[in-house]
Amino acid sequence: MMIELTPALPLLLGGLLVAVCRGRLRALVMLLAPLLGGLLLGSLEPGSEQTMQLLGFELVPVRVDRLSLLFGYLFHLAAFIGVIYALHVKDPLQDVAALIYAGSAVGAVFAGDLITLFVFWELLAISSSFLIFARGGQLALSSGLRYLFMQVGSGVLLLAGVIIFARAPGSSGYSFDYIGLDAPGGWLIFLAFGIKSAFPLLHTWLTDAYPEATPSGTVFLSAFTTKVAIYALARGFAGTELLIYIGAIMACFPIFYAVIENDLRRVLAYSLINQLGFMVVGIGVGTELAVNGAVAHAFNDVLFKGLLMMSMGAVLQVTGEIRGSELGGLYKKMPKTAMLCMVGAASISAFPLFSGFVSKSMVVAAVLDEGYQLVWLALLFAAAGVFHHAGIKIPFFAFFHHDSRYVASAHEPPTNMLLAMALAALLCIGIGCFPQLLYGLLPYPMQYSPYDMSHVLAQTQLLAFSALAFTWLKLSGIYPDEMKSVNLDADWFYRGFLYERWNALVVVVHKRSQLLWQGLCQLFSLVLRKLKSNNYVQAVSVSFYTTGTMILWLLSMLALTLILYYL
Amino acid sequence: MKTKNTKSYLFDDPAKVRLLVRSLVVVCVLLFGLDLLLHRHVEHPWEALPGFYSLYGFVACVVLVLLAKELRKLVMRKADYYQQRTDSILDPDPDPDPDIAESPANPAGPVDTQGADDD
Repeated sequence: MMIELTPALPLLLGGLLVAVCRGRLRALVMLLAPLLGGLLLGSLEPGSEQTMQLLGFELVPVRVDRLSLLFGYLFHLAAFIGVIYALHVKDPLQDVAALIYAGSAVGAVFAGDLITLFVFWELLAISSSFLIFARGGQLALSSGLRYLFMQVGSGVLLLAGVIIFARAPGSSGYSFDYIGLDAPGGWLIFLAFGIKSAFPLLHTWLTDAYPEATPSGTVFLSAFTTKVAIYALARGFAGTELLIYIGAIMACFPIFYAVIENDLRRVLAYSLINQLGFMVVGIGVGTELAVNGAVAHAFNDVLFKGLLMMSMGAVLQVTGEIRGSELGGLYKKMPKTAMLCMVGAASISAFPLFSGFVSKSMVVAAVLDEGYQLVWLALLFAAAGVFHHAGIKIPFFAFFHHDSRYVASAHEPPTNMLLAMALAALLCIGIGCFPQLLYGLLPYPMQYSPYDMSHVLAQTQLLAFSALAFTWLKLSGIYPDEMKSVNLDADWFYRGFLYERWNALVVVVHKRSQLLWQGLCQLFSLVLRKLKSNNYVQAVSVSFYTTGTMILWLLSMLALTLILYYL
Repeated sequence: MKTKNTKSYLFDDPAKVRLLVRSLVVVCVLLFGLDLLLHRHVEHPWEALPGFYSLYGFVACVVLVLLAKELRKLVMRKADYYQQRTDSILDPDPDPDPDIAESPANPAGPVDTQGADDD
């Protein structure tokens, strides 16, 4: 019944409720909210929708089809895993933010009209930013503010685009279906979706802020915002050719940064953009196989990227350190975490029998089907590269490499964290071994089997020789060492360039105004000195300054105001 | 999998690391050989070349790492690059004395170039 308002209600209500719950009750609310919401999704019929009138607008808060249902299930699953992972955290702010954030993601994918989408789009932005602020400290604060600025900016673009789109003559009003670049306001909406999907040059909020969030916060962050954007692109811009090239760039450029980045959670943030690239290419190709592949890859990415983020969160939680240059050898004390991390690494690298394989191959096959040869080569390059930086680099520098000073004191993370990781790992292997489970949920029916000999052999060769390349480069000393450093990215434009120009301007204005003020002061004292040098004026000025006279002047001025008021 | 004796762990023994590397090489040789034995079903003419995926994977990764090293020369800065800039500017010279106002801005300049040449 209550689900008719929005399927996000259990998560949103849970988020409000958890603010006042403590102890076992809190854990119960946290776990029940995604479970209940997920179960209630089962009662929704594909093809149904709920409409309501609000302020003269015809709204469709709930529109159910196979695409929205798939994302609905995915987000409840991600919220459930994330909640288990965060059970030991005793921070009401993070609990509330996480559940409301998950709820807004669910609300957004079921939104049947653009106004409802906008509301949840902004709620996503605001609720998620608290997961960054909750880390505390100046770094998280300024990073979170930059994040919030970009996210809200995306919302503003969306709103502007939606108004132009819906007001245009002959438009379909506010309903959220295929939009396309040629529609009025289409470019604005495209950019709004593009910011949240981390298009090149608009991606900096992701790599800037995700690694600054709390250990559990990053797990939630990596699941929702970008996947809502992928969903929105799939619904609004499927088959837009531009997306193929944007996606190919997204798949390729972050891997270079991932190789030289020291913060291992930032490496994962770059590899998140790389995975989004595959999805964006799939949506751009727009055939049924390609869109199915993009959506399936989004589903898998939430699980394996979540698993990798969880394992790095566990390392951060236990050691207080996440820089590759400072870590190493942790497999000795955290063998379970290391194994689970490697399951995530195998999945993201698309090893046969792991989840990435069954979805990535769909996108690559669809690209080749449609004859985009250069894009196909770029995706192959990205597929080899992702194994290199996410598949090998993450586990290698955290858990193996040389022994770090944390080996002595390290230990396995709390049981709930291990449990959440184990659940995600199980799903990664489950989907990898039984892909039909996932394929059955996809928006279009299809006949596709990833496990034919050619596919498996080709992918295994690609990965084995990538591993060989890593080994050779590492042993021969060519591989770049992890270094304590920061790498300038597109955000340098506003964090460095604009920031400096702005501050230079402030300093100039400050100095000028100081000079002006000094001049005025000097002028005033000069006049005063002149006056004081004259005895007659001094007598007048002394009588002029008495308190009584001031009050008299004040009163007369008030009286004048009063009279003027009534005139 | 792990030998959890008192202090000895799996990869403490260099022989085991060597074994791991050698088995990787063997696996690679075998996979390369399979290309010649099995007939892969292909959709693109390049795929039909024996060892296409093997070579592509290897070359892609080497190129990736070499280019990334060049990228480092371009974009790598000291870890506190942004903080230093913030500090240097947030120190809002309450003293109008130009000497003091200029001095905090100075470290930012040399640090940039140093960071760039560090590699």
